[in-house]
Amino acid sequence: MTFDARAAANLPSRGELSQHDAAVWDLRRKRDAAAAEVPDWEALRERAAALKAYSLDHLDELLVAFEEGARDAGAHVHWAGDATAFCRIVTELLAARGARRVVKSKSMLTEECGLNPHLEARGVEVVDTDLGERIVQLAGEPPSHLIVPAIHKTRREIGALFHRHMGTPEGEDDPERLTRFARADLRRRFLAADAGITGANFAVAETGSLVIVTNEGNADLGSSLPPLHIACLGIEKVIPALADLPVFLRLLARSATGQPISAYTTLLTGPREGGELHVVLVDNGRSTLLANPTHRSALACIRCGACLNTCPVYRRSGGHAYGTVIPGPIGSVLGPALGGPLGAELPHASSLCGSCSAVCPVKIDLHGQLLAWRGERRAPGAGERALTTGAALALRWPALRGIARTALRGLWPLLGRRGRRNPAGPWLAARELPPLPAKSFRAQWLEKSRR
Amino acid sequence: MQVALFVPCYVDQLAPDVAWATLRVLERAGCHVHYDPEQGCCGQPFLNRGARREASRLASRHLARFGAAQAIVSPSSSCVATVRHRFAELGLAGGDGALRQTERTYELGEFLVRVLGKTALGARFPYRVAVLQSCHGLRELGLGTPSESALPPEASPLEQLLRSVEDLVLVPAERPDECCGFGGAFSVTHPTLSARMGRARLRAFADAGAEYVTGTDVSCLLHLDGLRRREGFGPRPIHLAEILANGAGQ
Repeated sequence: MTFDARAAANLPSRGELSQHDAAVWDLRRKRDAAAAEVPDWEALRERAAALKAYSLDHLDELLVAFEEGARDAGAHVHWAGDATAFCRIVTELLAARGARRVVKSKSMLTEECGLNPHLEARGVEVVDTDLGERIVQLAGEPPSHLIVPAIHKTRREIGALFHRHMGTPEGEDDPERLTRFARADLRRRFLAADAGITGANFAVAETGSLVIVTNEGNADLGSSLPPLHIACLGIEKVIPALADLPVFLRLLARSATGQPISAYTTLLTGPREGGELHVVLVDNGRSTLLANPTHRSALACIRCGACLNTCPVYRRSGGHAYGTVIPGPIGSVLGPALGGPLGAELPHASSLCGSCSAVCPVKIDLHGQLLAWRGERRAPGAGERALTTGAALALRWPALRGIARTALRGLWPLLGRRGRRNPAGPWLAARELPPLPAKSFRAQWLEKSRR
Repeated sequence: MQVALFVPCYVDQLAPDVAWATLRVLERAGCHVHYDPEQGCCGQPFLNRGARREASRLASRHLARFGAAQAIVSPSSSCVATVRHRFAELGLAGGDGALRQTERTYELGEFLVRVLGKTALGARFPYRVAVLQSCHGLRELGLGTPSESALPPEASPLEQLLRSVEDLVLVPAERPDECCGFGGAFSVTHPTLSARMGRARLRAFADAGAEYVTGTDVSCLLHLDGLRRREGFGPRPIHLAEILANGAGQ
C-alpha cells in the first residue's frame, strides 16, 4: 500500500481527520507561543545546532569520556552494535537477576529495536508506564507520535480500552478519572517491579550523567524503585558538558508541547544507593549515518516532535501511515537510512513546504534532506522513467519541443475524461483539470511580434 | 532597467494571461522587458522527483539562455527558489560577476518591492482577497516571516503590493501560511493528502469571506482552483500579477 493509501485508511473520515489535525496543530500553536517568549529563540537554535554538530564531529571521544565518567560513578556500560545485540544484552541482564516484571518509561530506541516483543516472548512482563505509551500498549499498536503516542485515539476509545483491561466503569471516558485509574494501576506495578528500563534524552560526557525528561515522573519511579535500572540510548545522545544542557532544555519542552520546561528533569550520575545501573549504548545504523556527510545532521534530532506538529502531511496522514517507529518529517529523513516498509517512498511523502526545517530546534534542514534522499534513493516506475526522459529531452531540444507542444494540446481534452487508464486519474480524483487556453503565451507572443 | 521575463513552462501553457500581466506590470514599473521564446524549464519538476541528471541538464540550459540578463523576473516563486538555491546543489553556480545569475533571478513581487522599491502601481481591485503564501517564496526566498518563526514579523512583498491596490480588502485567514498541498508531483503521487491539505486552505479562505485568493505561484493556485470547481465552494484564484495589472494603464 502506498503512503497516500495508508493515510486514507488511517484517518478515513473527515471527522477523524479534522480531530487529529486540530489536536496536533494545538501543539504547534503552543510551541509558537512559547518560542515567542524567549527573546533569543533563533540564537538559541543556532547554539544548539552548533553544539550538536560539535558533538557528532567528536562522537568517538565524547562516548569514551561518557563511558569512563559513568563507570567512575558506579554504572556499568554496555555497547550494542545492532538491535539483536541490544535485546540480547537487556535479556541477559534481566535473566541474571531473575527479573520477570519490568516497568519501562518512554524510549523510542526500545521501539526501534523491538525490545517489548523480544522480552515478552521470553516470559518477561513489560509494562509501559508513560500514560500514552500504556494506552497504545494496551491497544496493541505502535506509538503514532514521538511525544503524544496515543494522539490518534479518542477518549471514547481509551475509555473502552481501560474498561477492558483495567476494569474501569463501562462508558467512563472522563480524561481525569481515567488517568487516576491508570495511575493507581501503574503505581501497583512500579512497587512490584524487579527492574526499570528507561531511555535518556542526553548523556553528558563530562560527568557520565544521564538526563531524563518526562512530564509524568514515571522514569523517576522506574529508575529509583526497582533494584535494577537499565538505561537505553542511541550513541548520538551524548553532549559534551553539563554547561551545554540548559541550551537543550530551554528548547526541548518548548518545541515539544510549549511548556517552558518538562515537569520532571532528572540528572542521574551512577546508580541509586543499593541499586544497580546499566547503561546500554546502541548503534543500530547510526554510525553508518554518521559517515554520510549529506545526512549525518539528522542524528542531531532531540526527538521533540515539533516537525510532526507543524507538518501539514503528518497531521492529515496520522503517524501510522509512515510505517516507521518515528513518523513525520524526521521519520521520513531517518527512514531511508534506518529502514522501514516504505523505504524510498517516504521522502516523497512531503510537499516540501519547509515548515519542518523552520521549527527544528537543532536546525536540521529536514526538507533539504528529503529532497536529497529523493535523488539518492531513486526508484521510479517504468512509466515515470519514460516520462522523465522524454520530457527532459523535449524541454531541451527545440524540434522535439514543437512536437511535445502539439501532443500536449491534442491530449489535454482526453486527460479530463475519467477512466482507469487515464494518467491524470490521481489529479482528477479530487480536482478538476485546469482548462487549457487556446494558445500558449509563447504562441501569442510570436504572433504579436510578427505583426 | 533591462529585465528578462522568465515564463515557467506550465505558466506558458496553462496561464498565458499571467505571463502577459507580468510583462505589463514590469513595463508599467518602468522596465524594458525582453522575452526569449526559446526558454524552457528550470528543471524543478525533475529535481523534486530526484531525477538530478535531467534536472541538471535543464538547469544548465536555463542558465545559458538567460546568461546576459541584468535581472530575470518570474511570476513563480518556486521556480525562482529552484534557480536561487537548488542550482548550486546541482553544482551550477551561475557564473561570476557582482551578482551571480542565480541571485539576479527574482519573483515578481520581490523584484518590484525589494529591487525597484515600488509598491504602488496604480492598480484597482475592488474585492475581498485572501493571500496564499507560497511555501518556497516564504521559506526559501524569505518573502515575509513564516508564522513558526520567532523573528519579528515582516510583511511579504506580496502583501505590501496588495495593500497599495485601490479598493482591495485583504482578509486574514486561519493558519496564514499553511501549505496548500500542491507540492509538484506530490499532488499526483499523494492525491488524497494533497486534496485534504488543499480543501483545508479553501475552507479557511472561504470562512474568512474571501472572494479571491492570490499568490505568487500559479501552480498552487491551479490546484486550489481544481478543488474549488470540484467542491463548488471557495474563492476564485488569481495571480498577483493579474491583480497588479488590473486597472493599470487604463
